[in-house]
Amino acid sequence: MSILKKIMTAVRGGAREMGELVVDANGTRIFEQEIKDAQTHLQKAKHDLTDVMAKQMQASRQVKTLQSDITEHEGYVAQALDKGDENLALEIAEKISQLEVDLAEQQQVHDTFANHVVRLKDLVKKTERQIKDYERQLSMVKTTESVQKASAAITDNFSSSNSKILSAKDSLDRIKKRQQDNFDRLAAAEELESENSDKSLSDKMKAAGIGEETTNASSVLDRIKAKRS
Amino acid sequence: MNTRDLALRISDFSSFEGYQFDCQPIPGDTEVLQITLTDYEELPAFVSVTDTQILCITYLFTQDEVRNGSKAEMMEEMLELNIPMPLSSFAKLADRYVIFGALAINSSIEDICHEIITLTENAVESIDALEEFLI
Repeated sequence: MSILKKIMTAVRGGAREMGELVVDANGTRIFEQEIKDAQTHLQKAKHDLTDVMAKQMQASRQVKTLQSDITEHEGYVAQALDKGDENLALEIAEKISQLEVDLAEQQQVHDTFANHVVRLKDLVKKTERQIKDYERQLSMVKTTESVQKASAAITDNFSSSNSKILSAKDSLDRIKKRQQDNFDRLAAAEELESENSDKSLSDKMKAAGIGEETTNASSVLDRIKAKRS
Repeated sequence: MNTRDLALRISDFSSFEGYQFDCQPIPGDTEVLQITLTDYEELPAFVSVTDTQILCITYLFTQDEVRNGSKAEMMEEMLELNIPMPLSSFAKLADRYVIFGALAINSSIEDICHEIITLTENAVESIDALEEFLI
């Protein structure tokens, strides 16, 4: 059964109670052991692989040496025949046939190693994939466990601190109200700011004698005098 | 990084993306950090650290708060909203609907802070969006 299915079954049946663990500590330990075993297998497989690859290379070198020996001796046979020494040619040919037997043997050894390498590489890949899969499953189990413990701690904290959990709507209302308050405060501050800057500008203008002049006694007197004349 | 380191490092930020954080460790079997943003105290984010990930969870509402008979429709809505909602997803823990975000264990402190801010903002948005289904 897949680990997700196991978690689902556990959640459906009774494990809804807070703090109740979906997978017991024992299950997690077994899992961790399986991962460790797989990792040991992987190490061994990799070690074997390097060994076999070294042997394959040796065999391959032997094959090449034998092949070039054969070619060389074939040359000697030709030379012996050129010299008309039939007996020597036959002797060399016997040597060649011996070399060919060796070559066939060595080729066989090489092929066996080559097959072995393919198999081991395959095994390494499979094991790596399996470890990844185990680790993913273990992470799911541990996360489920951790989340359950965390929510238990959170609920305990809520009840022990006596802080009442607000309903979602109440929380939303409060947050929205606070946001509106902040917004209003900001708007008010901006308004105040702009009023202040207006005022300081008009103060400067007044000081410079620009803009609307304020009336004072002497200006009133001047106006009346002007009317009378 | 464990929750204690996290709390210390988050407290070092006087402000991040315009928000201030308040960190409080919650005692229990597993270490949980309660992180609230100023002005969003009602919707704290709970952060816990496992071997592989950092989980940030915000509680939305209990199933008792869901209007009778509208549960299925609300869940459909949640599934539809899951992808458009940045970084967070809807989920359920026992009798509570939550939103959560999961981060890789080697995430930077800035990533974590950004996650918590996004999570909180998403929580407000989603309650607002799902309000019609709530009592």
